[in-house]
Amino acid sequence: MNQRAPIEEQIDLPFVESLRISFQSLKIRFGRSIITTAGITLGIAFLVSVWTNNEIELALQESGRSSEITGLDEAAEQGISTKDIWLIIMSLIVCVVGIANSMLMAVTERFREIGTMKCLGALDGFVVRLFLLESGFQGFAGALIGALIGLLGAVVLGLKNYGFDLFFYFPLLPAQPENGPFQLGVLLLILLGCILGMILAIIGSSFPAWRAAKLPPAEAMRTEV
Amino acid sequence: MSDIVVKTEDVVKEYRMGSNVLRALDGINIEIQRGEYISLMGPSGSGKSTLFNMIGALDRPTEGQVYIDGQNMSNLSQRQIAAFRCHRVGYIFQSYNLLNVRTAHGNVTLPMIFAGIPDKQRNEKAEKLLDMVGLGDRMYHLPDELSGGQRQRVAIARALANDPSIVLADEPTANLDTITGREIIDLIKKLNTQQGVTVISATHDLKMLDVSDRIVDIRDGLVERIRNREEIEIQVGEVGGHE
Ligand SMILES: Nc1ncnc2c1ncn2[C@@H]1O[C@H](COP(=O)(O)OP(=O)(O)OP(=O)(O)O)[C@@H](O)[C@H]1O
Ligand SMILES: [Mg+2]
Repeated sequence: MNQRAPIEEQIDLPFVESLRISFQSLKIRFGRSIITTAGITLGIAFLVSVWTNNEIELALQESGRSSEITGLDEAAEQGISTKDIWLIIMSLIVCVVGIANSMLMAVTERFREIGTMKCLGALDGFVVRLFLLESGFQGFAGALIGALIGLLGAVVLGLKNYGFDLFFYFPLLPAQPENGPFQLGVLLLILLGCILGMILAIIGSSFPAWRAAKLPPAEAMRTEV
Repeated sequence: MSDIVVKTEDVVKEYRMGSNVLRALDGINIEIQRGEYISLMGPSGSGKSTLFNMIGALDRPTEGQVYIDGQNMSNLSQRQIAAFRCHRVGYIFQSYNLLNVRTAHGNVTLPMIFAGIPDKQRNEKAEKLLDMVGLGDRMYHLPDELSGGQRQRVAIARALANDPSIVLADEPTANLDTITGREIIDLIKKLNTQQGVTVISATHDLKMLDVSDRIVDIRDGLVERIRNREEIEIQVGEVGGHE
C-alpha cells in the first residue's frame, strides 16, 4: 500500500455483514440479551393483558352476560370505565418506560465497545445500524413472547370471572357493536403489541447508540460502567 | 527531504468541566520520522494519553493542527477519518480494549471486515497474525478466557490487521508483569525493525527506554525535552542495575 496516497473514504459495510455481526453479538451475550429482552417482554405482557382484559369485559358487556355473572351495576356497562382508561394509560407508560430503560442500560454498558469499533474503522452509521438490528430482533422476540404471556394472563383472569362463557364471546376479531365502542379484537391487539414493542426497543436503543456513535472514540472509551 | 509521518503544530487540548477549563495540552510541537520508535514519557496526568488521542484522531484538538502523512487531520471528512483509523493506524491500549463478544480471531478480523476484505483472505490473514504473536493455539478463545499478556498479543495482532504505517500504543505494558511486559515490548520492537512500522508509545515503563529511538518527555501538557538514542543509552546504563 502506498502510505503517501491521500486518505481514502471509508466504505459502507454490506448488510449481510452487519447482520452477521449483530447476531454473533446477541448469541455470545445471550444471558445479557435475555435480560434485556425480558424487560421488553414484561412491558408488553402487562400492556396486552390489561388491554385484552378490557376487550373481554367489553365483549361480555355487549353480550349482556357480564351483569348476570358479576353483578356489575348499570353505569359500568356503558363502555370503558374511567378505571379502565387509567389502567390502559398506566400500562402504556410502564411499557414505554420499562423498555426505554432496559435498552438504555444495554447500550450504555457498551459505550466502550462502540468507541473501540470506531477505532477499528467503523462508521457512525454502522454502529447505529448494528444496534438497530440487535434491538429490532430483541424487540420483536420479546414483544411476541410478552404478548402471548399477557394474553394467557387475561384468559386465565377471564375464566376465573366468567367461566367458560368467555370462549363463546371471546373478542378475537375486530368488531363494531351497535351501541358501544369499537373493539380491536385480541388478534389485532397482539399484533399492535409486537409492533409497539419492536418500535420502542429500536428507538430506545438506536437513540443512545446514535449519541454514543457521534462521540469521539476517546470519549466513548472512557466511559466506565 | 526528510520523511515526516506525524507533525503536530501548537496542539492545545482543553477539557471543560462546568466553568472549569483544564488545559491538558498546552501547545505541543513534535515531528516524528517514518520508521521511528518514539516513547512519550511523563508523570501521570501530564497529557500523554491526550496527545495519543490527538495523533490517532480519537479526539479533536481545541487548537492547533495534526498532520499525518502530510494531511491536515482537521480537513478530513467523517468517512476519511474512519478510513484513516481503519487503514493507517493500529491502536494498542493499556486495557486491551478487545471486543468481549468476539473471539481472538474475530477481534483480528473486525478491522478487515470494515476494510471490505473478503472472507477467506481476512481469515487467513488473522490466522497468520495470531500465529506471529504466538497465539496460534488460542485463536478461537474469547478474551475472557485469555491472560493479560495474551489479550495484549491479540490487540497487537488486531492493530496490524490492515498493515498500518503507524502503531500507537498507550501504556501497553502497564497492566502486565515485568517479564510479560518485556515480551510485549520486544514484539512491538520487532514490528518496528522488521516491518518499518512507526511506533508511538506512551509509557511509564523504563523497559521501553532501550528500544526507543527518541523519548519525548511531557510535563504539564508541554514537551519538556526530547532525548535521542545516544543520551538514552547512557541513562539506561545508569538505571540498568536496578531493573
Ligand atoms: N475527558 C477528560 N475530561 C476531563 N479531563 C480530562 C479528560 N481526559 C484527560 N483529562 C485530564 O487531562 C490531564 C491529562 O490527562 P492524560 O490522560 O492525558 O494524562 P496521562 O499523561 O496519560 O496520565 P497517565 O500516565 O496517568 O495515563 C489530566 O489532568 C486529566 O485529568
Ligand atoms: Mg494515560
